[in-house]
Amino acid sequence: MSNQYKLIRCTINGKAVEQMVDVRASLTDMLRNDFRLTSVKKGCEVGECGACNVIIDGECFNSCLYLAAWADGKNIRTLEGLMGPGGELADIQQAFIDEAAIQCGFCTPGFIMTAVEILESGKEYTDDELRKLLSGHLCRCTGYENILRAVRKTMLKRLGKA
Amino acid sequence: MYDLKALYEAQSVQDAVRLRLEHPEAQILAGGTDVLVQMREGKRAGKELISIYGIDSMRGVSIDEEENIRIGSLTSFSHITKDPIIQKYINVLGEAVDMVGGPQIRNAGTIGGNTCNGVTSADSASTLFAWDAVVELTGAEGVRRLPIQEFYLSAGKVDIRPDEIQTALLIPKASYENCFGHYIKYAMRNAMDIATTGCSVNVVLSEDKKTILRARIAYGVAGPIPTRAPSAEEAAGGRPATEETAETFAAAVLSDIRPRDSWRASKAFREHIAVELAKRGLLESIRLAGGATV
Repeated sequence: MSNQYKLIRCTINGKAVEQMVDVRASLTDMLRNDFRLTSVKKGCEVGECGACNVIIDGECFNSCLYLAAWADGKNIRTLEGLMGPGGELADIQQAFIDEAAIQCGFCTPGFIMTAVEILESGKEYTDDELRKLLSGHLCRCTGYENILRAVRKTMLKRLGKA
Repeated sequence: MYDLKALYEAQSVQDAVRLRLEHPEAQILAGGTDVLVQMREGKRAGKELISIYGIDSMRGVSIDEEENIRIGSLTSFSHITKDPIIQKYINVLGEAVDMVGGPQIRNAGTIGGNTCNGVTSADSASTLFAWDAVVELTGAEGVRRLPIQEFYLSAGKVDIRPDEIQTALLIPKASYENCFGHYIKYAMRNAMDIATTGCSVNVVLSEDKKTILRARIAYGVAGPIPTRAPSAEEAAGGRPATEETAETFAAAVLSDIRPRDSWRASKAFREHIAVELAKRGLLESIRLAGGATV
């Protein structure tokens, strides 16, 4: 077959970018290969594990099931975008460390981006609601309890309740 | 990289119709949560795709001039759940699609894709069947509407003609007015699972809340395509809103459904839970409609 390309313009972590992409590429391929955003992990690549999760126009998507061609005009955020100007960690990242919510770390960037969507809603959720909101991620080190704790702690902190 | 032969991106519904006619072999791609997975698995490898995902006019929920609830086919599951019109008139649909996959899948997956797949386990399908949804298809000759029962032809097969795409799902006013419903998904996990059986029930009660004026029930995974249970509906229509009616109603579903043995569950088990879900679904619907069953 002949190769087919598309020029896309989008915003990645606050920066306007332009990129020629192969239409066969997933957004995971584009973010990792063209932009070296390697926090976006290739896990199952069929939308089950959530390791490739990124925020597109304010909502979480598994970037493995999202065509790079669809990124045109979109505002995309990855874990790298959370870093402060001096390289500081975000509060949610620090909470993951403090709560030992990381073992091998492969699921962490995906989990944290979902946590960012949860935290930015500005709402307070019960533990059951948080479990449901986090249910699109698999952690094979089975560290779910600590992850839940890290998200809950940051949520309460941001709401001024802890 | 996906093993796709070519990608055609439709800019509008008319554009999609043109692309359909130009590329008859191409597969329609909406949110991608099924088609792209199948492509990854090799089932649709090497195919051409017509992406309709960029057609924003096919997103959103509204009330049209005939007072139908109109759900654009590209409306994502999460947007359906959060939509105020859905919450007010057909909250059960928002609850049902909130059980699809996980949060990221619900942001990507669309109700149009869920129904065009033609699979019996689709979480939206049983509720759409139970509420007499109408499917709107747009083709070269204009718009065609048909009841969702006629849209599903056989397992994995739906009535979309070579020039058409599905553009909306409509819930008629006669269907949603004063109607309250409940969906139960029976699955092995709470998230990221496919229904072993799904059951959607809804009722309209009399003014004094003591009589069931109309009961409707539909199942997913109780046959090759989603299905209504007319014998059960007949057994409950016009009857008092009591636990006894719920028992009769539930027992009657067995003459309507045809579940099968699969690796997920046996026929016998599916029949057993189908009866139980019917009863619980009816009692909960009665409660939501303001009735009391004692």
